[in-house]
Amino acid sequence: MMNTIKHHLTEPLLMGYAAGTLPEAFNLVVATHISMCDSCRAALSAYDAVGGEVMLDAEPIAMAEDALAATMALIANAPSVDAMPKPPLRNGIFPAPLHDYVDGDLVSVKWRRVGGGVSQMILQTSNDASVRLLRIPAGTAVPDHGHGGMELTLVLQGAFVDETDRFGTGDVEVANEDMNHTPVAEAGMDCICLAATDAPLRFTGILPRFAQRFVGI
Amino acid sequence: MLLETPTPPKADAPPAVPPYKGQDVRAFYKTGARRVTGEQSTKRMAWVVQVTAVRDHQDKAAFAELFAYFAPRVKSFLMKSGASPDMAEECTQEVMATLWNKAKMFDPTKASVSTWIFTIARNRKIDILRKQRRPEPEDLPWGPEAEPDQSEAIVLQQETEKLGQALAALPSEQRKLIERAYYGELSHSEIAAETGLPLGTIKSRIRLALDRLRHAMK
Repeated sequence: MMNTIKHHLTEPLLMGYAAGTLPEAFNLVVATHISMCDSCRAALSAYDAVGGEVMLDAEPIAMAEDALAATMALIANAPSVDAMPKPPLRNGIFPAPLHDYVDGDLVSVKWRRVGGGVSQMILQTSNDASVRLLRIPAGTAVPDHGHGGMELTLVLQGAFVDETDRFGTGDVEVANEDMNHTPVAEAGMDCICLAATDAPLRFTGILPRFAQRFVGI
Repeated sequence: MLLETPTPPKADAPPAVPPYKGQDVRAFYKTGARRVTGEQSTKRMAWVVQVTAVRDHQDKAAFAELFAYFAPRVKSFLMKSGASPDMAEECTQEVMATLWNKAKMFDPTKASVSTWIFTIARNRKIDILRKQRRPEPEDLPWGPEAEPDQSEAIVLQQETEKLGQALAALPSEQRKLIERAYYGELSHSEIAAETGLPLGTIKSRIRLALDRLRHAMK
């Protein structure tokens, strides 16, 4: 639980997450940020409530005649859920949803260098968008890049600064397609981010183009 | 609408073991709550009592009432989200079975029954229709309390009712837009491009949730 978070999810992202219509890669960033952020957790519960009201208002469609009996049979065959979900045991920096995708914490990440000292690990999701962990060494810049689509960058450790602001742990930057930026990791600590995009990044400049070949996006 | 029935308080049901801090909710909403919260919130509290009866007594009659009201709406929601009638039927039965199996997890101070069922249906939709995993936020270290505070539950139900009324009062174009977003007819960039999301409409609901979170952390 952090109270220092300054950059939050946007309303459309919260609504999309509540509706269940975002790409899986974005859902992972949203779920991870909400794990760290009270105000977005609260906002999500309200957007879930909007979904409930939309559902209540849907024109009812009759169920099959034996539907209730069939459901009771499903219930009879299901293992009962007795235990409450265990409270999360966090001794690392990855909130539970990210921990699930990495299958571990920071030490379990299989980094691959992508040039300029930056390393990444691409996480497996549906292919309508992609999500990766990025490790940017303290004081290092990520190549200036534009976006064909939307990019979400959530800071898990350290901080980065770009043309728009400073992004510390728990902050999420929502960049749209007309934004070009050069994030620089703050001195003192490597910056670890979770970044999702629904389009290939376009790097500008010669060295970054070289780097892009390695990134493979 | 074959199975649809209104959900009156269950006059014929045996008195429940009081689910809330020593008070019988049925007695409560028959008297004070109706006056205080109005008919609609009373309906919401009735759903809460029904889920509680399923949780505590595996009450099939209470479940049947929830089923009659919600299943046709869940089915409709799933079909509008792109499921075939057969798939929606099957999926709805699974959603309602999940309601039974996970009744212990329901917390009326955090969600209305309609909200809770929606989230179950949505997750099933992602699983079945979109064939994706659904990353969920980390659970808070405190789970639902065994005996949630009744007044907090009532306030939450009232607030959700107000949200529903505010949505109903929106200009129809704006309302359609929201429906399309929830039925998956708008991509996230389309949602973002559409201006005029009725943030004001849901602001007090957000504030309430935040108050609860802060309160729970103390």
